[in-house]
Amino acid sequence: MTEHTAIRVRDLVVGFGDRTVLDHVSVDVERGQIFGFVGGSGSGKSVLLRTIIGLIPQRGGSIEVLGTNLTRADEDARRAIERRWGVLFQQGALFSSLTVLQNVQFPMREYLSLSPRLLKEMAEAKLDMVGLNPTDWDKLPSELSGGMIKRVALARALALDPELVFLDEPTSGLDPISAGDFDELIRTLQHTLGLTVFMITHDLESLYTVCDRIGVLAGGKVVVTGPIDTMLKSDHPWVQSYFKGRRADALAHRLAQPPS
Amino acid sequence: MSAKPTLFLAAATPQLQYTAAGTWTAAHANDLEALIDAAGARQAGQPASIDMHKVEAFDTYGAWLLERFIRTRRTSGAETTLVSLPDRFRDLVTAMHKADLEPPPAPPPENAVVDAVLKLGRAMHGVGQDLLTIVNMLGAIGAATGRVLARPSSFRFTSAVHHLDRVGLQAVPIILLITFLIGGIIAQQGIFHFRKFGAETYVVDMLGILILREIGVLIVSIMVAGRSGSSYTAELGSMKMREEIDALRTMGRDPIAVLVLPRVLALVLALTMLTFLGSMAALFGGGLVSWFYGGMSPDIFIARLKEAISLTHFQVGMIKAPFMALVIGVVACAQGFAVKGSAESLGLQTTASVVKAIFLVIVLDGLFAVFFASIDM
Repeated sequence: MTEHTAIRVRDLVVGFGDRTVLDHVSVDVERGQIFGFVGGSGSGKSVLLRTIIGLIPQRGGSIEVLGTNLTRADEDARRAIERRWGVLFQQGALFSSLTVLQNVQFPMREYLSLSPRLLKEMAEAKLDMVGLNPTDWDKLPSELSGGMIKRVALARALALDPELVFLDEPTSGLDPISAGDFDELIRTLQHTLGLTVFMITHDLESLYTVCDRIGVLAGGKVVVTGPIDTMLKSDHPWVQSYFKGRRADALAHRLAQPPS
Repeated sequence: MSAKPTLFLAAATPQLQYTAAGTWTAAHANDLEALIDAAGARQAGQPASIDMHKVEAFDTYGAWLLERFIRTRRTSGAETTLVSLPDRFRDLVTAMHKADLEPPPAPPPENAVVDAVLKLGRAMHGVGQDLLTIVNMLGAIGAATGRVLARPSSFRFTSAVHHLDRVGLQAVPIILLITFLIGGIIAQQGIFHFRKFGAETYVVDMLGILILREIGVLIVSIMVAGRSGSSYTAELGSMKMREEIDALRTMGRDPIAVLVLPRVLALVLALTMLTFLGSMAALFGGGLVSWFYGGMSPDIFIARLKEAISLTHFQVGMIKAPFMALVIGVVACAQGFAVKGSAESLGLQTTASVVKAIFLVIVLDGLFAVFFASIDM
């Protein structure tokens, strides 16, 4: 439990057919950090996330999460770790036949034995934490807007009070105001619950405002890791164009107090 | 592995003084809830304090139950103070303190009789709506056909051939097998029972008339409704779910002409051909059983068949086939377009598509029976 590193990936190799997507990738995410992961479309960010959470088989290397080596862990050890993390999928992946409240209750029902009253109250408390109105609790996912789906999905990811949360493009598809709110929410929850957050994002503003450290994936390798300052100083061409492009420049000017 | 949560009553005067310890987390939420509820109900109206410094671990579950304790006691007018709350827990307690679980006002309960009448009315309205959507789809297909006839180059020929392959050619083996077996079973039952009256030879009459007029087209229609109607509904439904149909419409293409017309046309052609093949397979199956089980040589069977049936019987069966196909296609496509956002809705509509199609096929068959009887066919 006193492990300092939440995620430790070493020399990870992942490929499909004869194409290697991740080529000896190594990343460390420390506990209590918000770690942002960027990379061009198709660079394998989502593949990395899905490999860490065990949805895609790896070809080589090792993955260690919360002190357990998942590459060598047996089924039981893996289940124990899965109970300690939450995942927010890009499209929310809410169960479409369950209401908002039932979606959040699902992991609670599966893993904990709670009284019906506590089950209801906890789900409601989680939904309240992510800022969803009581009028939306009994709706079906198909009746929700994109921003609300992300919020419910976050509430579901947090249902079991995980120590580690994986977010796959949490702010994509949201308008800038909602995206800003969502970043704020992640920040607050991270602070309150002491979470470790591993997030994939394209949103420069998220990278500037919420991420403690950033990793850049290009050409199947992690080219730079470090806080935003390191990114700005890096001379890797992709990192240069990403963080020094016109949009990034405009943002850097706009943010009144750039992080020191 | 971790200590159970405890809530120990240290002193009862001048206020309830509790000492909390152990792990206040999700894993022990049940034990903790019992403790909290017992303590919360104790000596209502008396202020309480909880010493939190011995609590080892704390999460939203613990924080919420603590908040529940505070709220329960507040309803009886008593305040609760938290003593030496560790700093790392403070945010969580504050967050839960702000949680607003006020449920939205529930709608007033309905009168049971009014409710029942309302349900019945809604159900009847639903049946009417169903019929309307089917007629609507039929009309839309008619209109699209008109437009295609006016401009034949706009017809999706490739798509129609693709669907003809899927619902026609690929269905041939299973249709042949099923109708062959049905024909054999009818012949065996006929021979077995007619033998008691020495009327075995009339089995051929029964077989010929029954299969050509009714069984062939009915069995094939039911098979096709289950096999192809359901897949049409599922395809169109998932296209609807992913807004593909809306995209098509915004590009100025009529979804009916692009998606429905080729499918329905393919179904009409396929079902007619399958009915013919199915009837032949059923007669063949019946003939084989008559030969091996009834001892009637193929020559005699064919000679009897020639006497028993006329072209009319064959026509009656074949005329029905395209109408059955139209009903199946229209119902399947209408149900597909009625799919809403969820996966459950897709399943529901697919089931409804098959059930309604089979029901309407049988109703239509009954109407045809009345019609052909009245025109002496």
